[in-house]
Amino acid sequence: MSNIPSDLKYTKSHEWVKSNSDGTVTVGITDHAQGLMGDMVYVDLPQSGVAVTAGKECGVVESVKAASDIYSPVSGEVIESNAALADAPESVNKDCYGAGWMFRIKPSSPADLGALLDAKAYAELVASESH
Amino acid sequence: MPFIPHTESDIRAMLKSIGAKSIDDLFDEIPKELRAGKLTQVPEGLSEMQVTRLMQERAQQDGHYLNFIGAGAYEHHIPAAVWEIVTRGEFYSAYTPYQAEASQGTLQLLYEYQTMMASLTGMDISNASLYDGASGLAEAVLMAVRAHKKARKILMPRTVHPIYRSVVGAIVANQNIEIVEVPFDTVGGYVAPDSLSAFAGGEYAALVIPQPNFFGVLEEVDALTDWAHANNMLAIALVNPTSLAILKAPGEWGSKGADIAVGEGQPLGAPLSSGGPYFGFMACKEPLVRQMPGRIIGRTVDKDGKSGFTLTLQAREQHIRRSKATSNICTNQGLIVTAATIYMSLLGPEGLERVAAACHANTLATIEKLTAIKGVTRVFSRPVFHEAVLRLDMPVADALRALEPQGILGGFDLADHYPELGQALLICATETRSPADIDQYAFHLERVVSKRRLDPPCAVKANPV
Repeated sequence: MSNIPSDLKYTKSHEWVKSNSDGTVTVGITDHAQGLMGDMVYVDLPQSGVAVTAGKECGVVESVKAASDIYSPVSGEVIESNAALADAPESVNKDCYGAGWMFRIKPSSPADLGALLDAKAYAELVASESH
Repeated sequence: MPFIPHTESDIRAMLKSIGAKSIDDLFDEIPKELRAGKLTQVPEGLSEMQVTRLMQERAQQDGHYLNFIGAGAYEHHIPAAVWEIVTRGEFYSAYTPYQAEASQGTLQLLYEYQTMMASLTGMDISNASLYDGASGLAEAVLMAVRAHKKARKILMPRTVHPIYRSVVGAIVANQNIEIVEVPFDTVGGYVAPDSLSAFAGGEYAALVIPQPNFFGVLEEVDALTDWAHANNMLAIALVNPTSLAILKAPGEWGSKGADIAVGEGQPLGAPLSSGGPYFGFMACKEPLVRQMPGRIIGRTVDKDGKSGFTLTLQAREQHIRRSKATSNICTNQGLIVTAATIYMSLLGPEGLERVAAACHANTLATIEKLTAIKGVTRVFSRPVFHEAVLRLDMPVADALRALEPQGILGGFDLADHYPELGQALLICATETRSPADIDQYAFHLERVVSKRRLDPPCAVKANPV
């Protein structure tokens, strides 16, 4: 059973979203997603300053067996991306909610956050996909 | 399993099961006016003997000339062993095999090719080849735009091969990428680094740096590469592989080296052969490898720890990334690459260096002999590798037409592509041109040029009484 922290929000495309006190959100991929992908070998992230759109692809994760797009959970501007993943993509496997974080966004529309799934809804989504 | 996949009865059964009357019905959504129809100009089949005869006749039409044309395709000596080995059954296919890892010999050859090209260009990684130099440059442009992520404009010097520029334009035109032309210095025939200040501060993804450029002239590659990096763009080196035996490798240009090196592989063992097939080569710095198109062969170990070869970094490719792949290139010019690998193996670094040095020396000797003729002058002042631009005091097309019956292809007429240069002729002398060949060219060119000067047109000749 994958780890789904209750204090985070989620997308149907398996990103997690954490609201920070400064109004920004931090984004990564879920434990379920990293487990399906397998050992990560490369993470391509949006650069800071880039405008992203909710539901649109903004990066790529590549594992030993697949490559998959990362979709931005909200619209806004990328403030920072996790440069450490360039040399240590395995952080996404080892600690997807911590050291494996991917980028921070300053959301342009707070309403985007309301559209995200909570932990319970995401757990149901994961359960339904595994059947 | 039968080797003819669709018999008449198979076809009938398949059509019946989908409810179509004929194969033509499957294409009825294509408007009639867009269909090619029957190929009326193609004759019926010929016997092997008839085809042999026809091909011999066609080959004779080409004739045998003393060739002083370069302009992108170069006549080099190819050791007889090269194509003897290439045409062995084990190598004789242009394709990366399906179930590639079952063909360890092919993969090893491609791996060794990549190693040689990476070494020649001074880059970290080479792919297993592209179609040709021109489309290779287009791939480099697309790669630079992907890697840069922000800018979609490319600086393209007018000293780049004009056909390469038009191929790049055709390939990137519909991808919202703008090609901006960089003018050249008309005295030196190169891109003066100072002149680039006109482009500073613009948002460009890359600067293309040809070495040597289309005029044969050597560019200030160190200054150009450093300028590109200082202005937040990539440096794309467009290079002649033979020249790299004696010129600085792109990986060493400037303080950081070029980011991508690309070029035409034909000089490495492929005959001129009426323009193809040739192959393109491409190499890059390691951080860019995931943006590289084409196949890449890696070396690895199997479960018993024995070394072997495998396709690697396939997540760039279309069978995994579909429409988001770095390129739609899936196969490559494997057979010509095989020739290039054998060519480089036989020559070795010293052999290739001797070829490059002989090309350079022969071109200098040709320039000296030809410019000794009254009415023939050198156009550009800067150093060249194995080509140079000369100016004639007569239309170049007329001079070339007069040389041809003497068995001489005198060079490439620049009138169409560079009208600003006037009556300009691009010449090339590779290692295959002997001193006697050069003397013969000079002898006939002098006759052509002086005849033009001495003989007044018929109309002004005094009428014989």
